[in-house]
Amino acid sequence: MSRTLGPFAAVLRRDLLLAWRGRADVLVTLAFFVVVVCLFPFGIGAETNQLRSIAPGVLWVAALLATLLSLHRLFAQDHADGTLEQLLLSPEPTVLWVVAKVVAHWIATGLPLVLVAPALALLFDVEQGALGVLVLSLALGTPILALLGAVGAALTLGLRGGGMLLALLVLPLFVPVLIFGAGAVDSHLSGTGADAHILLLGGGLLGALALAPVACAAALRIAVE
Amino acid sequence: MKRPERGKSLFRFAAPQLFYPLAGALAPWFAGAAAVLTIIGLWLAFFVAPTDAQQGEVYRVIFIHVPAAWMSMFVYLIMAFWSAVGLVMNTRLSFMMARALAPTGAMFCVVALVTGALWGKPTWGAYWVWDARLTSQLLLLFLYFGFMALTEAIEDPRRADKAGAIIALVGAVNVPIIYFSVKWWNTLHQGASVSLTKAPSMAATMLAGMLVMALASWAYTIAVTLWRVRPLILERERHAEWVAAELDALEGRI
Repeated sequence: MSRTLGPFAAVLRRDLLLAWRGRADVLVTLAFFVVVVCLFPFGIGAETNQLRSIAPGVLWVAALLATLLSLHRLFAQDHADGTLEQLLLSPEPTVLWVVAKVVAHWIATGLPLVLVAPALALLFDVEQGALGVLVLSLALGTPILALLGAVGAALTLGLRGGGMLLALLVLPLFVPVLIFGAGAVDSHLSGTGADAHILLLGGGLLGALALAPVACAAALRIAVE
Repeated sequence: MKRPERGKSLFRFAAPQLFYPLAGALAPWFAGAAAVLTIIGLWLAFFVAPTDAQQGEVYRVIFIHVPAAWMSMFVYLIMAFWSAVGLVMNTRLSFMMARALAPTGAMFCVVALVTGALWGKPTWGAYWVWDARLTSQLLLLFLYFGFMALTEAIEDPRRADKAGAIIALVGAVNVPIIYFSVKWWNTLHQGASVSLTKAPSMAATMLAGMLVMALASWAYTIAVTLWRVRPLILERERHAEWVAAELDALEGRI
């Protein structure tokens, strides 16, 4: 058991520690999320009914953009200081520590968004019964974004203009997550129940967990070749 | 282990040196077929096919719109297929084929979107609606852009090839997911008029015109891809002796 969990836990612990030591970097993602969400009432007007109806979409799009903004950090530092090559040369299975890195990244950047989202939803006067669905949809959806984004981050590693390219590569892939995530809250609010959307998000998370790390590992090998 | 006989197998054309003249020889034939089929198809479309009972003359855009939409999806799958072949068998030519296909697929995406918009305005009253088909077609165009941008951004051709192959495959897995997600999200586009399992719901000449145009699109795609892959081969194989000889011959001709 410890033979497989050992490297996983080690990488997870290391990346979380690094994220903690560089808190300012991580908090920027959260601040970006909050600021983007707060821009919408200024842009479209503060009419309560309108705000309530766009709240799920606004929160989800903002979470998606915040995730996108943080993705380039996933491998960049390890690539710059040579850690990545050492990890790839190590006998540990690549997929395993790739998942550990993505999990650590999500805990550092995705989880705070999930936790802050209900407070922001209240600013849009979303009814309290829907907050649980919002949190659940974000908790299931943002890890999918991190997993898909990790593939894009690995493919654009070390490229000039990599950030813009990363956005172009992964945003089309993010669309289904956005539709089901925002759809879950919408359908709960309209009374049809969020089960179908939540189940699809759950299935998406399992699918992404099974496939994305493999593609990501292959992309990392290409990047350091 | 005994090596397989190289001389007879079709696989010998996986060698760029042999594929280059083959592509050059085949491309004009496919281009000619595309031209002939397009003329027949457009003639059927504009002079033979009857006016549609419900939509009048505006429906005639389908003779370009539907084949373009079909091709835009086929080309992505073929691109993903060559990418997979390249990753598994490590054949250089497969990656070049994938890169030669991408601009044509993107072009068909644009044609399908533009003709759809021109058809939508008189029929639905809007150039664009956020319908499942339209939205997934737009996202497919973005996937093509992503593939082309990534392969252009990476300077080392080996890395560019393999990175492009990975994003092509990830996109191929996602295309059906995108399609069904936007379909469940919102649907307005009419259902398919042509299906393999039931009799076509349109006049025979309409169907014939559309299928001829689809064949023309195939022939065009093959011709353009073969022409586009030739300079790619020359560029990649520029260290080889046969390329130097080929370039000398080209220079002599000018």
